[in-house]
Amino acid sequence: MAKAATAPAGAFFANWRQNIIYIGFVVIFLVFALTLNDKGFLNPNNLLNIVRQTAMIAVMAVAMTFVLSAGEIDLSVGAVAGLATVTVAMAIAVAGPVGGILAGIATGLAVGMFNGWLTTKIGIPSFLTTLAMMGIAKGVAMWISDTAAVPILSPGYSWVFGGGSVGPIPVLMFWMAIIAGVGHVALRRSGFGRRVLATGGGETAARYSGIDTASIKFRVLVLSSCAAALAGMLYAGRLQSGRFQLGEGDELSVIAAAVLGGTSLFGGKGTVIGTIVGALMIGLINNGLILMGLEFSQQLIARGGIIILAVALSQKRG
Amino acid sequence: MTSPAPVAVRMTGISKSFGGIRALDAVDFEVHAGEVHALLGGNGAGKSTILKVLNGVHVPDEGEIVVGGSRLAAHTPEAARAAGIAMNFQEMSLIPTLTVAQNIFLTREARDARGMIDDADSLRRAQAIFDMLKVQVDPAALVGDLGAGQKQLTEIAKAISQDARVLILDEPSTALAVSDVERLFVFLRKLKSEGVAIIYVSHRMDEIARIADRATILRDGKHVITAPLSDLPIDTMIEHIVGKRSKGLADVVRGDVFRGEVLLELSGVTGPHKPDDVSLSLHRGEVLGLAGLLGSGRSALARVIAGIEPAVAGEIRIKGHKVAIRRPADAIANGIALVPEARATQGIIPAHNVADNMVMSVLGRIAPRGMVDRPRVREIADDMIARLSIKTASRDHAVSTLSGGNQQKVVIGKWLATEPEILILDEPTAGIDIGSKSEIIRLVRDLAQAGKGVIVISSELSELLTACDRILVMADGRAHQMLDRADLDDPAESDPEHALQVAERRLQVEIQKALSADTRIKEASHG
Repeated sequence: MAKAATAPAGAFFANWRQNIIYIGFVVIFLVFALTLNDKGFLNPNNLLNIVRQTAMIAVMAVAMTFVLSAGEIDLSVGAVAGLATVTVAMAIAVAGPVGGILAGIATGLAVGMFNGWLTTKIGIPSFLTTLAMMGIAKGVAMWISDTAAVPILSPGYSWVFGGGSVGPIPVLMFWMAIIAGVGHVALRRSGFGRRVLATGGGETAARYSGIDTASIKFRVLVLSSCAAALAGMLYAGRLQSGRFQLGEGDELSVIAAAVLGGTSLFGGKGTVIGTIVGALMIGLINNGLILMGLEFSQQLIARGGIIILAVALSQKRG
Repeated sequence: MTSPAPVAVRMTGISKSFGGIRALDAVDFEVHAGEVHALLGGNGAGKSTILKVLNGVHVPDEGEIVVGGSRLAAHTPEAARAAGIAMNFQEMSLIPTLTVAQNIFLTREARDARGMIDDADSLRRAQAIFDMLKVQVDPAALVGDLGAGQKQLTEIAKAISQDARVLILDEPSTALAVSDVERLFVFLRKLKSEGVAIIYVSHRMDEIARIADRATILRDGKHVITAPLSDLPIDTMIEHIVGKRSKGLADVVRGDVFRGEVLLELSGVTGPHKPDDVSLSLHRGEVLGLAGLLGSGRSALARVIAGIEPAVAGEIRIKGHKVAIRRPADAIANGIALVPEARATQGIIPAHNVADNMVMSVLGRIAPRGMVDRPRVREIADDMIARLSIKTASRDHAVSTLSGGNQQKVVIGKWLATEPEILILDEPTAGIDIGSKSEIIRLVRDLAQAGKGVIVISSELSELLTACDRILVMADGRAHQMLDRADLDDPAESDPEHALQVAERRLQVEIQKALSADTRIKEASHG
């Protein structure tokens, strides 16, 4: 009781490491706003661009938050997104937009169930399962598309999945908001979310408590691949084509977004809101560094430095 | 209890083996609704195994479980829970990254109108349970931030929150003060009157006598007796628990002790948590045993001496000189070596080979210029393998390929390589088959004979009695009594096997005495 009474006064200082992502986001935003105003940083179009560029990463990062919270990892998301752009584009060409959507969902389910099966039934660590899947998905995408871009000639599909906007607001922002909202509630308030956090926090304890931890791991891996497939559908819609290179290397940004947001790589701890802010922060940094006129090489160094700084500050010490 | 109470649990012919060791051998166990049933037995008697079988954690090799009249179809934690069985695990079922309240109601959370978890409700209900038990635990705290006692209380709260038909409490009182135990008992009596079957495991006989209606005693994985408590006075219980258990230990000859100078002297040594004001002296050439239940401060004392948890008060002298031991390196420099309790995590690197494990403690000495002296490594390893008669295919085989007893010898060898004068062994025979046990004990005797001072911690009394020259009885962090091993022998008894049993009973009585003395001290300080 005494503890609760003193909590409000010390809460900010006690939790500042936990909240570093929010503080960092505001600080970086203010710095860019002040220094890059003449280069159009605060221009609404520029800000919406950040959202457009971040949406796919954010969608995958929400699912990655579940995967990491369950104590697993999914390295195949970028490649699966790329594969999905190809399958969707090819399906639209033969069966129209509905066929394309179904093909996208089927791609996510198939890859996810295979990842989940290998990890939970065969017992290969998800790090290896998904590392191998990264190569397989990319290879399949290259093979079936003959490494060529597959055009999408359905304006309706392109509008819904990434190209369109309602007034000034891009459709991508709605996708991001919906996935974030559903993900947040599911992790914080649903029985599934609590089981995910329990599985990653202590697998033996979770099993003793009557949780089917293998099934939880299976489901988060399926969830992750489906989110990756959705990200692929958004890439395909936005760029009106399917290409195996889309999404390449995204897995690192996705994991970075989740970890920046306060999700633990070791499981048991995760926050979807933090992940979304983490994804936006990466987008913000990329955008700012480009506006600053930094060369790509300098951008890479600066981005790496900022990420290390943010994660280092969030570490509990002592 | 005039009419026969309905049977809540009936386990028949339960057998379970782990890697060739038979933990349970056709055990029958029956608990009635509305009774508190004590489950008793020494270490390795099979108590926790049978409880884990009942709770669905272990699948029995043979046998049948009937709960509330219907046979358990599957042996999983979910099936056991569905049948109305709840158990407090020794901190095994808590998730460190969730709060106390979230842990207590994990998978049974209250839902709001939209089907979402209502954490506020969990907080309220958790607080209500702690209020009823009148203990102080913050339901909103993360379990990972709690101390061991508070974790235990959370485990108990989790078990009793389940409205179970069968409630299993495994050593619930280790985390509780005396007054709290009484409140727990009041609550258990209430559950009992509601027809709940309670299985109660404790090493504290005085507690058993106060709460239990009947008791079942296991020994070496076999059922010994089930009887009403009125038929089981404490000395009868101890007799059944100890039984005719000798199994080779009796023929280890202790030999004559040559007690040399004092090697290690503690006065008023107090650790960060335990031990509490312990004084003792260890002579060259003797084996000193530390006896007591879990939580009595035996291992904590060892950790203080070895510098893992440095002392906060008191004085440590080695050969008469006062020394400051603040880090493990200080202890090693002063000739102290600790063979730790958890072999697999604290003792060896299982995937590395025997030789590499053996030289881990002396890397500085064998790699003076940064490069490891390979011939020297082979020499040390071969020497230890011969000296401790370690059974391994070669020094280049992974330690994980060795049996438990031989793994333990590797750990001992690793510490002997530092050429210590004082060797502390914490539970050196845990999880080791009986043949290797007597070998390890012989080794301990030989080391003492060779002029080292040895401290042995063990929960198996027969082992302490076989290995030690003197035994210190501890309870709640305090040293209670120093017993001379010879005084525990009955001079009239000539059969060595029987003599060991007699001595074990006497030591058991001393430990229980120390516990009740401890209880009296606590009660006095409360009032």
